Amino acid sequence: MYDFNYQKPSSVADAVNAMKAASDGKVLAGGQTLLPTMKQRLASPSDVVDLAGCGDLSGISASGGSVTIGAMCTHAAVAGSSDVKGAIPALAAMAGDIGDPAVRARGTIGGSIANNDPAADYPAACVALGATIKTDRREISADDFFTGLFDTALAEDEIIVSVSFPAASKAAYEKFKQPASRFALVGVFVAQGSGGARVAVTGAGENGVFRVSAMESALSGNFSAGALDGASVSADGLNSDIHAQADYRAHLVGVLAKRAVAAAG
Amino acid sequence: MPTVSMTVNGKAVSGEVESRTLLVQFIREHLELTGTHVGCDTSQCGACVVHVNGEVAKSCTMLAVQAEGANVTTIEGLANGDDLHPMQEAFRNNHGLQCGFCTPGMVMTAVDLANKNKNPSEQQIREGLEGNICRCTGYHNIVKSVAEGARNMGG
Amino acid sequence: MPDGATNTGIGASVKRVEDKRFLTGKGNYVDDINRPGQTYAYILRSPHAHAKINSIDTSAAKSASGVVAVFTGEDMQVGSIPCGWQVDSADGTPMREPGHPALAQGKVRYVGDQVAIVIADTLDQAKDAAEKINVDYTPLKAVVDLRDALADTTLVHDEIETNISYDWAIGDKAEVDAVFDGAAHVTKMDIVNNRLIPNAMEPRAAIGDFDRASGEYTLYTTTQNPHVIRLLMGAFVLSIPEHKLRVVAPDVGGGFGSKIFHYAEEAITTWAAGQIARPIKWTAERSESFITDAHGRDHLSHAELALDANGKFLGLRVETAANMGAYLSTFASAVPTYLHATLLAGVYTTPVIYCNIKAVFTNTVPVDAYRGAGRPEASYLLERLVDRAARETGLDQVDIRRRNFIPSDAFPYQTPVALAYDSGDYEATLSSALKLAEVDGFAARKAEAAGRGKKRGLGYSTYIEACGVAPSAVAGALGARAGLYESAEVRVHPTGSVTVFTGSHSHGQGHETTFAQLVSDQLGIPIENVDISHGDTGKVQFGMGTYGSRSLAVGGEAIVKATDKIISKAKKIAAHVLEASAEDIEFAGGNFTVAGTDRSMAFGEVALTAYVPHNFPHEELEPGLDETAFYDPANFTFPGGCHICEVEVDPDTGTVEVVSFTAVDDVGRVINPMIVEGQVHGGVAQGIGQALLEGCSYDEDGQLLTGSFMDYAMPRAHNLPSFKVATEETLCAHNSLGVKGCGEVGAIGSPPAVINAVVDALADMGVTDVAMPATPQTVWRAIQTAKS
Ligand SMILES: Cc1cc2nc3c(=O)[nH]c(=O)nc-3n(C[C@H](O)[C@H](O)[C@H](O)COP(=O)(O)OP(=O)(O)OC[C@H]3O[C@@H](n4cnc5c(N)ncnc54)[C@H](O)[C@@H]3O)c2cc1C
Ligand code: FES
Ligand code: FES
Repeated sequence: MYDFNYQKPSSVADAVNAMKAASDGKVLAGGQTLLPTMKQRLASPSDVVDLAGCGDLSGISASGGSVTIGAMCTHAAVAGSSDVKGAIPALAAMAGDIGDPAVRARGTIGGSIANNDPAADYPAACVALGATIKTDRREISADDFFTGLFDTALAEDEIIVSVSFPAASKAAYEKFKQPASRFALVGVFVAQGSGGARVAVTGAGENGVFRVSAMESALSGNFSAGALDGASVSADGLNSDIHAQADYRAHLVGVLAKRAVAAAG
Repeated sequence: MPTVSMTVNGKAVSGEVESRTLLVQFIREHLELTGTHVGCDTSQCGACVVHVNGEVAKSCTMLAVQAEGANVTTIEGLANGDDLHPMQEAFRNNHGLQCGFCTPGMVMTAVDLANKNKNPSEQQIREGLEGNICRCTGYHNIVKSVAEGARNMGG
Repeated sequence: MPDGATNTGIGASVKRVEDKRFLTGKGNYVDDINRPGQTYAYILRSPHAHAKINSIDTSAAKSASGVVAVFTGEDMQVGSIPCGWQVDSADGTPMREPGHPALAQGKVRYVGDQVAIVIADTLDQAKDAAEKINVDYTPLKAVVDLRDALADTTLVHDEIETNISYDWAIGDKAEVDAVFDGAAHVTKMDIVNNRLIPNAMEPRAAIGDFDRASGEYTLYTTTQNPHVIRLLMGAFVLSIPEHKLRVVAPDVGGGFGSKIFHYAEEAITTWAAGQIARPIKWTAERSESFITDAHGRDHLSHAELALDANGKFLGLRVETAANMGAYLSTFASAVPTYLHATLLAGVYTTPVIYCNIKAVFTNTVPVDAYRGAGRPEASYLLERLVDRAARETGLDQVDIRRRNFIPSDAFPYQTPVALAYDSGDYEATLSSALKLAEVDGFAARKAEAAGRGKKRGLGYSTYIEACGVAPSAVAGALGARAGLYESAEVRVHPTGSVTVFTGSHSHGQGHETTFAQLVSDQLGIPIENVDISHGDTGKVQFGMGTYGSRSLAVGGEAIVKATDKIISKAKKIAAHVLEASAEDIEFAGGNFTVAGTDRSMAFGEVALTAYVPHNFPHEELEPGLDETAFYDPANFTFPGGCHICEVEVDPDTGTVEVVSFTAVDDVGRVINPMIVEGQVHGGVAQGIGQALLEGCSYDEDGQLLTGSFMDYAMPRAHNLPSFKVATEETLCAHNSLGVKGCGEVGAIGSPPAVINAVVDALADMGVTDVAMPATPQTVWRAIQTAKS
């Protein structure tokens, strides 16, 4: 790892200022992605701005049919939160299956979605549930937030403050793990919310998370696994790597979508 | 150079580090507590697991400066003098270790698991160990050890 | 513990002596050691699989902050890293053995090949400086695939004009061909044994140290055999005489073969320590381990089995191409030949066998022994072939094996491929496994699974292996460049406690416990009074180390022999004190007694007398009680057994779950059942790993695609079930303990059982073969292919 200047501001406003002042700053949340990247010397920020001191980034609250999760909430906190379990049990279950206990104890929702790993779980949840991402300066809908591989709508110095998830009447996540990393080889999050059925796929797309409109329309009248019988996704635009070719990923999307719908009940 | 202070195994410690110094380097090199191991460079193996403020953490994936003010427990801090911690005793009793390299991280993870679940099932133990790789034991005896250790910790 | 809580002798599950230090963080691994004035090394490695080095500019690195020295191959002109086994081609020509430099000499031949060493006060400084080294490469076309390498269009080593190191054969081809011509049935298969990356959890590390005053070098290294490293590195690479070179292998965090070999980093750090007269520590990062630890397996075979109308095997014909990687590593040449081809009779009476092996260079990491080494390749090939033959001829899987077993009264049994098995009872392990695996209830379980949309399958493997490496005469005849005996010294201290110095090494096997059990049992003294010392050439006179499941069968026997000598000397001492003749002294329960009298001396009294004698007749009886023995086995040992795997396949996703795994092994006499079971568990996990998860993969340019735990799937706790393990004992006929070896059986027996189970699960869908690793995608694709 290259050396850097470490800062630990005590508010989001100070963190934003620190980022603006730095020549090449990076915010640090749980460090479960940033630190391994820096260890491999693949990132060399001049300044690392640790958000751990910003008290305004933690906390989970439920109100008016939605749950709001502070950016620095860990995966373990989300998995164990009674607010999340009450409003969207599938979201709690998904968070409880990210990585391993040590990763869940430190990794955060803010870090996960800011990083937008194409095989990460949260992006699928955000898109399927129609989440809103609140930053230090604006609100962004999940559909607009995830813009490509490891790419988001965030500005360089923009900090995620919280994520709000509207409760869904039905939701479930099915994850097929890549056997080595245990990230999603393919993950499918389905939800039946006020705006209708949504199906979001992670792990498979060349550009990260995507929605499957054919499945969404099949489900909109009839939210059942059987409704997906004829629906399939094309292998075009899906990833091929040593773990899975595009056609296998496309096949898995179909299988997992049905299983998720069945599990959502 | 930043200075860090924390409590490790009940003792207040401090030292000068670089910003980039990892917690595991601080533990192994500055404090000479070499029980915490490094088995990978991608945060995948769990050989480096310690407890930070009562939660499991991979000390290879944390900066020393992030542990400022924290309460850290390493494998050296588990036993009470000559008396092994019940989880350590269970590993010995069930042959839960061979080469011993994964063992410190395995035991620290197991203690956390047992703290959170007094009577874990085999399935829960296997899932709870997802972040710890052992190449020697095939996990069979580790699973037995964790079950026994959890029982004895609860009692 | 079977025989009561106080029993610490042979057959007792004594809790391990070494555990307390490991459990409390007091283990002492190489990276835990720091020498005064220590520097840190970073090794700059080739990013290319094949390239010419035009020039290396180290000037900027040399002047970087904290840098002590930078060396390249030009600076380090030393001997070539040697290979320990000579194999001759069928035409009598010796194997081609191109030079294997520690630091590259003008060319690099795999991604990871050592190019320069940067030594600095801190590791980060060394890494920072390494980025300032400018290497001018001309990349060359790389040859990565075995089949491409056989075509010889791109050469790994220009000077030998081919990629084939040797083209070796065993058996009479004409005789075998004739048998095939008259066979009622011939089963044919192409079989790939997938390349594996060993991944012991402790990454390799080395500390080179040099004492200016004495001119003595010390190397602390993560090795399974410190004396072998001293010999190879001292004599062949660095020309340091052995009395000036000490090699220490302290606690070692797993080896599985990968820490047998003499690696470049050992020579580089030792040599460079002499240059700068300061200690140098190098510790591999895991990503570095992936591209530098010798890989395992990697065979491509075509195999054919001839059967008569009754399902009796008539002959076996095998052609194998074995990947050596870019250079011949220490044991590499012996693996596909002496440890693979000679095992192809398996547990069967196949009368004639022919096997041809081509050892092939590629631009990949050297390939060498990994847990089982050659024998897993043999058992996989044979047991897949037998499974297929049963399916083709309509015979039952158990029946076809029984028809061909070497019967238990046929020992000693000479196979057609050089080995002579001394003992075994394959029916015993099979029938015991059938019960333990509850095979009778399988049909019901299969039907129940079908109700849940899952396919259940049952797979068998009745395997054999040869271990206790090795009878020196046989090994020598086969090309080993050293005898493979073991040595031990048993030193009785004046107060009756004992230190045993063994040339064998423990890196997880629990020698400190098992060996102490042996000696405590033999001398009738408490196990706490016995210390086992190993892993230091400065303490132990000589040794060949630990591999090939040899520790107990060879190392343990040497200890027994040395302890026998102690007892016979002690009898003389007791006879002298008790004024009797040595022949009349009986030794039992730790007491020396004059036969037929109550006059006796305890072991401790004899020990003390040995060191404080006043009136020994010095011509006949020297003071002291310290004996050394060397043991060279008369033959290999032949553990064998039956593994049964039950899987459940999800046909929609291709996911395979091992729902039950049964291993009944005959490892000869069991000294510590707890440790034996642990060894089997670990081996089986690695075997299941090979069968379902682990597959090393390179791209066509020779870049390793599975270069970290993110992409190379290691078995984790939730990938495996709890195992059903048992033993059946037939004693080894040629060692006093009757022991055979247990370190590798798990890895040798299990892979074919798993794949046979997967094939069984999918047989009614038309699937006849699934390659290892049987990942979900591979299985799903096999189903799709069978459907279309
Ligand atoms: C062994 C292992 C297994 C894992 N398995 C999974 C898995 O199965 N599924 C999965 O989804 N993930 C997995 N992860 C990733 C894990 O969830 C990470 O925690 C997460 O991706 C990043 O969160 P973090 O808090 O650690 O962020 P960091 O690593 O601290 O930061 C990641 C990136 O986000 C930026 N960032 C962080 N917080 C903010 C913020 N509030 N505003 C703006 N930018 C911010 C950082 O600057 C950085 O670029 C795994 C990680 C490991 C080490
Ligand atoms: S060293 Fe492997 S996870 Fe920390
Ligand atoms: S005991 Fe060796 S890696 Fe677990």
